[in-house]
Amino acid sequence: MKRYEAIKIICDFIKKESIVISPTGDISREFFILRDSPQNFYMMGSMGLTSSIGFGLALCLPKKRIIVIEGDGSILMNMGSLATIGHYLPANLIHIILDNEIYESTGGQSSVSNTANLDQVAKSVGYRIVRKVRTEKKLRESLREIKSSTKGPIFILVKIERGGISERIPRVSHTPEEITKYFQKFLRKSSQ
Amino acid sequence: MKVARFYSTLKKHGINFASGVPCAAQKNILPFFFSDSEMIYIKAAREEDAVGIATGAYLAGKKPIVLMQNSGLANCINALASLCIPYQIPMLMLVTWRGYPKDKNEPPYHWVMGKSTIKLMKDIGIPVYIIPNENPESVILPSIKEMQKQKRPVVMLLERHIFK
Repeated sequence: MKRYEAIKIICDFIKKESIVISPTGDISREFFILRDSPQNFYMMGSMGLTSSIGFGLALCLPKKRIIVIEGDGSILMNMGSLATIGHYLPANLIHIILDNEIYESTGGQSSVSNTANLDQVAKSVGYRIVRKVRTEKKLRESLREIKSSTKGPIFILVKIERGGISERIPRVSHTPEEITKYFQKFLRKSSQ
Repeated sequence: MKVARFYSTLKKHGINFASGVPCAAQKNILPFFFSDSEMIYIKAAREEDAVGIATGAYLAGKKPIVLMQNSGLANCINALASLCIPYQIPMLMLVTWRGYPKDKNEPPYHWVMGKSTIKLMKDIGIPVYIIPNENPESVILPSIKEMQKQKRPVVMLLERHIFK
């Protein structure tokens, strides 16, 4: 399964009132192509902080589902955030790692996620549901299984193949300022 | 007393969410955050984690403050430069000024950041207010006004003797 194939499956799972936080690099770009929406917060600069922002949102909006999506490089950069989430246990947080074991956005240099057992780390720090999937079928099954679960935080490690949706993936065309504005407007509307 | 006044002034101005990494010079104010049922305090693993968490809280409608020393502020520079400033995320930052140049008792590992803290913030465009020894809470209102005007974080810099 390639990254964009995983993202497509995840898109089918996202409800219209959920929140999605996506990271620096190709994941946000593919999300933007496949399903741009004001419910997406594209966090394009601060590599590693995707999960911290998602956690802050999850704490303060307990009735909303917060879906954090990031790559192996991103989570490796902020492993402390896993411990923080595992301590406070926000039930409404779903944390999905698209793990291709490389820094793909920067040219495909290998990361250390092939030996890190990220799913075991998530389990150790306290995530309540942890899944590791390698196929589209298993990813669909896992998402179906947690569809109405209130037992988060949930961690899904998705092992993916290298390679993007196209040779050169265009950037997210919204400015950071616009992303904040659209996102806050979406939150105001959806909380009414 | 000073510390209590500072905390109640923060609350009066609507601050209702906090995250950070403890600093010894803030040990007298931290219990106010921990014990207040109207305040959410989140223990962050690293200072930029705190800035990320506070960003999420701000987007969700909270008025956040982050607490740290300036060594940790150095850890936050990318988060400030690539997240908070471009995405227009305001938050207060209570930052202890370790390595304050006139403080002769500070160890060498605080000297470089101590000397550069204000210059670094100025360079990336983060306003800095130095907390006065008399009426330290008087720093809060101008900091909040500046933060709202510029839609970005503002640092309130704390010399380490002030909350002793």
